[in-house]
Amino acid sequence: MEHITTPKVENVKLLDRYTNRKAANGTLYLTATHLIYVDASAEVRKETWILHHHISTVEKLPLTTAGYPLLIHCKNFRVAHFVIGQERDCHEVYASLLKLSQPAKPEELYAFSYNPKMSKENREIGWKLIDLKVDYQRMGIPNDYWEITDANKDYEVCNTYPPEIVVPRAANKAVVIGSSRFRSRGRIPVLSYLYKDNNAAICRCSQPLAGFSARCLEDEQMLQAIREANPGSPFMYVVDTRPKLNAMANRAAGKGYENEDNYDNIRFKFIGIENIHVMRNSLQKLLEVCETKSPSMSDFLTGLENSGWLRHIKAVMDAGVFLAKAVKDEKASVLVHCSDGWDRTAQVCSLASLLLDPFYRTFKGFMVLIEKEWIAMGHKFAHRCGHLYGDPKEVSPVFTQFVECVWQLMQQFPCAFEFNERFLLDIHDHVYSCQFGNFLGTCHKEREDLRIFEKTHSLWPFLLQKKQELRNPLYRGFTAYKELQPNTLPFSFQFWCGMYNRFDKGMHPKQSVLDHLLSCMSQRVKLEDNASELENKLPFLDGPLPAGTCSLSKVGSAASKTPMLNTPQDYEEEPHPVLSNGASAEDSVMSDGDQKHRENPSGSEKLHPLHTAADGLDSEPRTGSGCTTAGL
Amino acid sequence: MKVGDAEDNSNGQELSLSRGVQRSGGHYCALFAPRDPCLHPEVPTCTRRSVPATQPEQPRGSCRQQVPVAGKLHRGSAATGTTMEFSELIKTATVESVLLSCAGLPAVKGTLCITSHHLLLSSCPGGDAQPGTVELWLLIRNVDAVEKRVQNLGWYQPPGTNGSPLDTRLAGSSGTITLRCKDLKVLQLEIPGMEECLNIASSIEALSSVDSVMMMYPFFYRPQSLRLEEGWHLFPLERHFQQIASQTSQWRLSHVNQDFTTCPTYPPSVIVPAAVDDDTLRKAARFRHGGRFPILSYYHPKNGTVMLRSSQPLTGPNRKRCREDEMLLGTVLDKGERGFIIDTRSAQAAKQARMTGGGTEPKSSYPQWRRLHRPLERGRPLQESFMKLVEACNDTSATMDRWLSRLESCRWLSHVKAALSTACLAAQCMDREEATVLVHGAEGTDTTLLVTALAQVILDPSCRTLRGFLGLLEREWIEAGHPFHLRCARSASSHARPKQEAPLFLLFLDCVWQLSRQFPFSLEFSERLLLTLFDNAYASAYGTFLCNNEKERCLCKVKENTHSLWAWLNQPEERTKYLNPLYSHNPLVIWPSVEPQSIQLWQGLFFRWIRSSQHLDEAWAEIQRLVESKDPHAKEGVGKRLSRSLSDPAAQTENER
Repeated sequence: MEHITTPKVENVKLLDRYTNRKAANGTLYLTATHLIYVDASAEVRKETWILHHHISTVEKLPLTTAGYPLLIHCKNFRVAHFVIGQERDCHEVYASLLKLSQPAKPEELYAFSYNPKMSKENREIGWKLIDLKVDYQRMGIPNDYWEITDANKDYEVCNTYPPEIVVPRAANKAVVIGSSRFRSRGRIPVLSYLYKDNNAAICRCSQPLAGFSARCLEDEQMLQAIREANPGSPFMYVVDTRPKLNAMANRAAGKGYENEDNYDNIRFKFIGIENIHVMRNSLQKLLEVCETKSPSMSDFLTGLENSGWLRHIKAVMDAGVFLAKAVKDEKASVLVHCSDGWDRTAQVCSLASLLLDPFYRTFKGFMVLIEKEWIAMGHKFAHRCGHLYGDPKEVSPVFTQFVECVWQLMQQFPCAFEFNERFLLDIHDHVYSCQFGNFLGTCHKEREDLRIFEKTHSLWPFLLQKKQELRNPLYRGFTAYKELQPNTLPFSFQFWCGMYNRFDKGMHPKQSVLDHLLSCMSQRVKLEDNASELENKLPFLDGPLPAGTCSLSKVGSAASKTPMLNTPQDYEEEPHPVLSNGASAEDSVMSDGDQKHRENPSGSEKLHPLHTAADGLDSEPRTGSGCTTAGL
Repeated sequence: MKVGDAEDNSNGQELSLSRGVQRSGGHYCALFAPRDPCLHPEVPTCTRRSVPATQPEQPRGSCRQQVPVAGKLHRGSAATGTTMEFSELIKTATVESVLLSCAGLPAVKGTLCITSHHLLLSSCPGGDAQPGTVELWLLIRNVDAVEKRVQNLGWYQPPGTNGSPLDTRLAGSSGTITLRCKDLKVLQLEIPGMEECLNIASSIEALSSVDSVMMMYPFFYRPQSLRLEEGWHLFPLERHFQQIASQTSQWRLSHVNQDFTTCPTYPPSVIVPAAVDDDTLRKAARFRHGGRFPILSYYHPKNGTVMLRSSQPLTGPNRKRCREDEMLLGTVLDKGERGFIIDTRSAQAAKQARMTGGGTEPKSSYPQWRRLHRPLERGRPLQESFMKLVEACNDTSATMDRWLSRLESCRWLSHVKAALSTACLAAQCMDREEATVLVHGAEGTDTTLLVTALAQVILDPSCRTLRGFLGLLEREWIEAGHPFHLRCARSASSHARPKQEAPLFLLFLDCVWQLSRQFPFSLEFSERLLLTLFDNAYASAYGTFLCNNEKERCLCKVKENTHSLWAWLNQPEERTKYLNPLYSHNPLVIWPSVEPQSIQLWQGLFFRWIRSSQHLDEAWAEIQRLVESKDPHAKEGVGKRLSRSLSDPAAQTENER
């Protein structure tokens, strides 16, 4: 709280993206965890909650006639443009937000103060929900070829790996230790996924310290052990996910890539996925395009192309598809690495698993996948997401890209995933929110040191509670699709408006098929419950129905209420006095969603206030139509 | 020799074909037929063949003298003078062992056969004795471009030949014909024998470029399930007018154009201000390009505002005026009321049009009207945009950057955005500003109709039902005189010298698709209807989209001698295929977002034959299942007794009470 000098500023304007819409006028509050804006000009109280941890940048813009503008960019791609009357207020809010959004010490993160009033037992059960051992068992491990070893129990082999890792049985302790000395940061080859049908495995590691000529017998033995763990294939792939040039440059620093001559029967391959810096800049460019005010179609498409974002997404997807094909069609094991093996490697391995195994397309499976390939294997969430004050060059949207790849797959396979887009968005939000312990720190050891298992909550049980609204109504079950073979032609990749323009509700389809189908589904469940109940009650003869059935018709009529909000946007290129828009219908709807928070201002029981506010837009009935019908 | 007799050329073989047809066997057939009512192989060949006999030559002959469009064939007519015979265009009627391939499907070998209107390929899975299954049933009119490549594999000597030049030629030469269809599918035929290949190619080229309306397939197509007159008078303007007349007396139905003399591209009846007499209309027509004087396009029942459409006024370099035209537009507005003229050309283009006798309504002569210029692309640039887009879509080797840059440079999505924006502007003027709107460009037959039709879909819930939408097409595109014959003569792949082709109707369908994506519950019909309309506008077994205007349709006796597509679509079992399972009546105006992020490429059309739609189809089936299971009426599997008892909602409410 010591960072908050001005907890409340009045007469603050919130500008809308759409220039000609009247700006809201209200009060800005700073709490320990959130920035809250209360719109006083709207007829219904309307609140906007922004979690401090979600704030990515705060900028003071040049003075305008309206006052001192403060532009806030969020990590979940919300953009808030405030105008504050007094320069002093503006500066104090600015200074506070800088401190609050990037605390210096981990203990200041939200997760350590977040208290959802849950019993200690339940909290502990929550942390045990995902057990990676069970997933290895599912793959049939331990088996003749693979074992779970505790070689890393004191982090001797690798301090960014978890204590338990899966390695070939044939690789003894000496091989493991030897190999770890030859791999950047000791990140030795370990199993990521075993494809049970043919014993082909996906393994992951960091780059070898090969330089121009160095060799390591143990490392060569390790790769041989991996290859021999798949007796069905005479060779294995070694995939370097970096562009060749980058990998070669690393050789000068004593790192680099495997020399095919030194390893028996490997096929070495580069897959050019760019590094974290390129990806960070690419996203920056993409967001600039998304923020452009009324761009032309050409501006947008040119900007999209120049950002390179979809090219990078395609590169990650191509790599995942390559892995999946190698394992399934060529029956060959694959060892994947990049530089440190915690960014591109995590993307590619998790994507390949998702393509190969329908389990990972379920709620539980997707959680396991993230816990396994990202959290346990040491993707540096704290650095990549900029949780704490630190080097901005370490920040990169690596996980965002993975989430987007999954979304792209959902577009091509609408019935193959148990969860819907909102589940992805929720996870993406919480990777940044620091509200739960899962994504804190950079590796398992650090999370132990932070005692997150004792002091914080796990995200997963909270998401499972919301399962009904996060499920995909079109999911055809576990067995409908086995491996996915996505189309990777350029046109198959679409701009994800729901992510990067998520808070520009006006851009999204005005009627939500998802909501409609979810309501159909819950009604069907009710109907079926009712029906089976009735069937039990019914005598064997056709008699009059008991009164209970009446509820069916009520359910049916409720179903026809399809949420819709709509108002004309400005179809003029320049604001036109004669054709000005009326009051925004969206705003009045917004308030309905936000009203929920008034009842619960602490936000402590809400999972994530921000997004329920946004969701409210979709789920509220036709309040928005008031504007459209006003002319009647 | 009669037209259609050409089909006898294939004699015995054809009989086996027709049996195969009835079994409706092959996978190509299954793929093409259901999407393409015009290709539907439901009529056995023999029945069809008998039709020309019952249709005397008389109407064709008599018409030929009157109608230029129904005149001579482009090819083949030189030799025979005025008599047209398809058989002369068919150089080779059948070829054995032709390999047909199409993206996403396994190649199939069979006998290729050309008839007057169709290209057929039947495979013989069980040997020669077995009747064939028809793998391809393609309306030749659907062929947009024929590309041939002959390989003379002279160096290849098949084993067992002594290498004589003749043997080598016969055994080695072959050709590949690539057929680029108007519906954007691409077929490849590998034909043994160079000569056969060239003959087939030139036959298809000749048959597909027959320009005479009355030689086209609709005049020969006689499905058993339909009667000829069905569907042609489903949407009489009288009924449309009565609806308006029940709410206002300011409009009347005028028959001033009964004999098409006032305006050759208008229908015989039009709706005009009640205060204006026919004489005034005739004079106003002389002041408008092509005689297209301002008429009522849409009456907005919500607030009584109207949308008119016309062509440009013939202001010319001397700034001519026309009192009748001014009066006509003046009576529409009350004193002090304001109207908007939405000109679909840029201000500069409109000004330039004065040099060639056109122009705009000057403020001084039309003081109550305010002009808004919203340039929309049409003509050659629009056709080129379409062609570039299709070319880019078919280039599967492109990188992500190349694809996006081609998508941008073809500008198709910009045209979609512009069309939607302008339609929204027109709708906004009416619904929000409660102002009268007049829409026109130059001729008033292209972008004008795009805007007026689209604005109605946005404003009027009754245009969003299947029936209402077809009525809208009939009124605002077909009867309104969009020159379908000229605009849809060629599609995106044609190498022919472009004449007057432009995909305005496709642009309209694309915009409607964008609306359906943004308002998934608000349109009663599905994407499939839009695809079917696109296909039929370019090549059809039905007469609905034939000719350029009502006058031509009248002269060609289209309504007497061809079937209506609407009749086909209205058959109950067909109709259900085109419905949107998510539809629920939405009485509101549907304001779409026109931000670039909200506008998507219509993959269902442009990638229809390129990507597999299996998973998306499954999703739709799942949606259908979910929506139906919600509805107790359609519910199955809960037990027959229950569903029977529950199927009467009235009974339930009784119970409740």
